[in-house]
Amino acid sequence: MQRIGVFVCHCGSNIAATVDVKKVTETALMEPGVVHAEDYQYMCSEAGQAKIAAAIAEKNLTGIVVCSCSPRMHETTFRTCAERAGINPYMVEIANIREHCSWIHKDVEEATKKAVILMRAAVAKVNLNTPLKPGESRVTKRALVIGGGIAGIQTALDIADAGYEVDIVEKTPSIGGRMSQLDKTFPTLDCSACILTPKMVEAAAHDKINIYTYSEVEQVSGFVGDFTVDIRKKARSVDMNKCTGCGLCQEKCPSKKTPSEFNRGLNTRTAIYTPFAQAIPNVPVIDREACIKFKTGKCGLCSKVCAAGAIDYEQKDEIITRKYGAIVVATGFDVIKLDKYDEYAYSQSRDVITSLELERIMNAAGPTKGHLQRLSDGREPKNIVFVQCVGSRCADERGKSYCSKICCMYTAKHAMLIRDKYPDVNVTVFYIDVRTPGKNFDEFYRRAVEEYGVNYIKGQVGKVCPEPDGSLTVYASDLLDNKQLRMSADMVVLAAAIEPSASVRQIATMLTASIDTNNFLTEAHPKLRPVESPTAGVFLSGVCQGPKDIPETVAQAGAAAVKAIGLLAKDKLMTNPCTAKADELMCNGCSQCANVCPYGAISYETRLVMGPGVRENRRVAVVNNALCQGCGACTVTCPSGAMDLQGFSNRQIIAEVDAICR
Amino acid sequence: MQELINRTKELLADGTVARVLGWRRGDLPTNPEPAYFNDGESLSEFVYNGFCGANLSKYMIEASELDGRTLVFLKPCDTYSFNQLLKENRVDREKAYIIGVGCKGKISEASLNAIGIKNVIDVKGAELTDACDTLTIETLTGNTTCAYRDAMLERCHVCRGKEYVVYDELIGDSADTVDGDRFDEVRKIEAMSPEERFAFFKAELSKCIRCNACRNVCPACSCRKCVFDSTKFDSAQKANSDSFEEKMFHIIRAFHVAGRCTDCGECSRVCPQGIPLHLLNRKFIKDINTLYGDFCAGESAEGATPLTSFTFGDAEPGTV
Repeated sequence: MQRIGVFVCHCGSNIAATVDVKKVTETALMEPGVVHAEDYQYMCSEAGQAKIAAAIAEKNLTGIVVCSCSPRMHETTFRTCAERAGINPYMVEIANIREHCSWIHKDVEEATKKAVILMRAAVAKVNLNTPLKPGESRVTKRALVIGGGIAGIQTALDIADAGYEVDIVEKTPSIGGRMSQLDKTFPTLDCSACILTPKMVEAAAHDKINIYTYSEVEQVSGFVGDFTVDIRKKARSVDMNKCTGCGLCQEKCPSKKTPSEFNRGLNTRTAIYTPFAQAIPNVPVIDREACIKFKTGKCGLCSKVCAAGAIDYEQKDEIITRKYGAIVVATGFDVIKLDKYDEYAYSQSRDVITSLELERIMNAAGPTKGHLQRLSDGREPKNIVFVQCVGSRCADERGKSYCSKICCMYTAKHAMLIRDKYPDVNVTVFYIDVRTPGKNFDEFYRRAVEEYGVNYIKGQVGKVCPEPDGSLTVYASDLLDNKQLRMSADMVVLAAAIEPSASVRQIATMLTASIDTNNFLTEAHPKLRPVESPTAGVFLSGVCQGPKDIPETVAQAGAAAVKAIGLLAKDKLMTNPCTAKADELMCNGCSQCANVCPYGAISYETRLVMGPGVRENRRVAVVNNALCQGCGACTVTCPSGAMDLQGFSNRQIIAEVDAICR
Repeated sequence: MQELINRTKELLADGTVARVLGWRRGDLPTNPEPAYFNDGESLSEFVYNGFCGANLSKYMIEASELDGRTLVFLKPCDTYSFNQLLKENRVDREKAYIIGVGCKGKISEASLNAIGIKNVIDVKGAELTDACDTLTIETLTGNTTCAYRDAMLERCHVCRGKEYVVYDELIGDSADTVDGDRFDEVRKIEAMSPEERFAFFKAELSKCIRCNACRNVCPACSCRKCVFDSTKFDSAQKANSDSFEEKMFHIIRAFHVAGRCTDCGECSRVCPQGIPLHLLNRKFIKDINTLYGDFCAGESAEGATPLTSFTFGDAEPGTV
């Protein structure tokens, strides 16, 4: 029989205001196995922990229940405390009477009842707890960064500068990401390429950084410190070692009609292409869907003109399998599709564009060579209307509930740049709120209004109508003047919401990293662990975690790098002892557990099994403790119940349920 | 039947198989029972007729541990069970010599009783060589006849087909017996209100005497140690502490075989209380088909199964 101590925390008034802690303490003394119970204002404080240690010594306690906050918060604290006082840390259970009880209830009587039940469940579990001992696992001193935008590049540079090997996996043919598509950056208006390209070059030249472009993560197994990742290097059809980057193949390629991804489909590219002039690596890829050689077998012009003999139509996808200690996700964002926002006539008029498309139009290397013009007829627009919050802060299903955060600032930037270069163009911005928190941000916005005469109107645009003469009629409301507006424009620019890249869902699943309802990756703690995923060894960098601008992204990228370095600097990690274990006498050898194991931790062997009345060779499941993460998928799949999770055994769980239902 | 016996004698004589797993005449002509035959002589007891509903595939678990190959007779539906056991590494394909036997639908005394024919002494017209359209039944109160179809097991009316998914050779003709939809009964229960449904199952399951016949006959219930026989989980005791304990047993059993049940219908055939136990399993099968696409356990001895694999297209919890 266990000798259990129950410690009830007030958490100041967090718990004590809603839960009668004295009553929980008194009731605990009546539970099976409980020989000691007390309450205290702050159990996690030094004084509180001293009480626990003293009780363990005085009453020879074998198990502890702490009724307090979430185990995420202080389980480690109390386990360490118990270990110092001489009992196994896995003999400690937390009854979460704060998040699960006091914080979500108002009625003291009801909340107390629930707190007692939660305490009972924890006591019932501790009665069946057994001491567990963690093992050790090694750390592979190499990091993987998924995504080669500014977030990924910065993280990789920081990790590499600390002396660790880093691989960047980028799905497009070049690193650079969204930032490479931008023209100027707020609030300093320096040219995006001018500040990004040196970083790209630095990453490519770094002896610790290895870049896989046109590649995707295919499979991830393993765990913190010891991930095994399959990377699919898609067939480039161009030999990276031979290609000199002369560009002749692109000049000669007769297939010229594929919409350019880099220019957001505003112009076309050839089948063999590098996305942009400063691409790294400066080696083109052949888009096999567009290539005439691949489609019809005839052509082969690029191969004929390539002096280096780099074109290789036979090239195949290659799978690279590598081990990593840490993985940083930096998958970035995309602009939402506007098909649900027909009122803005985005799909009807070529002169209704997104802000990212405007970036390309304004860029000297863009489809119009930087000349501001209408895509329909090439005329210079005289009246431009910007619409803010298209799909952001949206109350209905069509858009996103969140603020995309960057739109207010880049719209001010666009307005200012246009007014600066084309002073005769009228610029009107429709906004809900102008949000400019950030260093020198509000000053920037005020310059747009005060110095550049940009016409800001508080209100939303209801409808944009393309007229027969090629102009656009904008119907909007002015909330401050309380009137309906109707104005003619030559160009409408939509600040479309941003959303995480579509690939993030699949990557999150492979990493078992959680994502929220908007597909942003979840942090381990929104305030205190903002760059770590709840999955150990996985870190978050950039917009994959939430909307942010370039300075914030770079800051977070550095923070993620520090966390990864902190992990890589360790030689060994303690492994979780709560792993699965098969009872060989009950195991059927049916392989169902191995089929569901996401970590490949279960194998089978035929061996002599002995037990009461049993002595025979049987095929039985064997768990690799280093690989098992204790998810429990095997235990619920096992039809005979042979598979059990140490620390969360079927009996313990049932005992908890029984205690709750008692 | 003679053809089966002749071929069996050949295989025993030339040493291809060490023993035979088939059916032997029972104490009544309506209840032949599974049996091993070790030599040609003992085959005089062998029968194969319309009453041989018993699925022999589960016996191959123990036969796989014996020396030499075992000849086993499997009806088309039985081959699915064998394949599923193969997939779960419970039987050894190398230890089995499978003769797929023809099937014209299986009949039972319970079905005869249900149409008012009781006190059966003997039945004619149920041999595989017969046309199997009319049965002549000798009873204590005289002779009578009935359509073969009317004496058939429920499962044969909704038979999945007469295809063999695993075999070494085939003997005997089969006949199409389908005249109903497999999921009609499930749909009826789905249409009930939750209260009606609970009442329905309570009425049916309360007949259960916990004889374990359903579990012992079920090819999916092949655990070395059943959770209900184990002291490790307290599940047996827990079931006993509930006034409607039978539901625990049957519902847990249905969950344990979900995704693995081939719908062989043996559970309902052997239930001495006539509980339509197959309905629970069939509901699972119907739901799996709806949520994950058509799937038939045992159709293949390899490949992923919907409940133990993950795909991005899987139903989200909210839709279930």
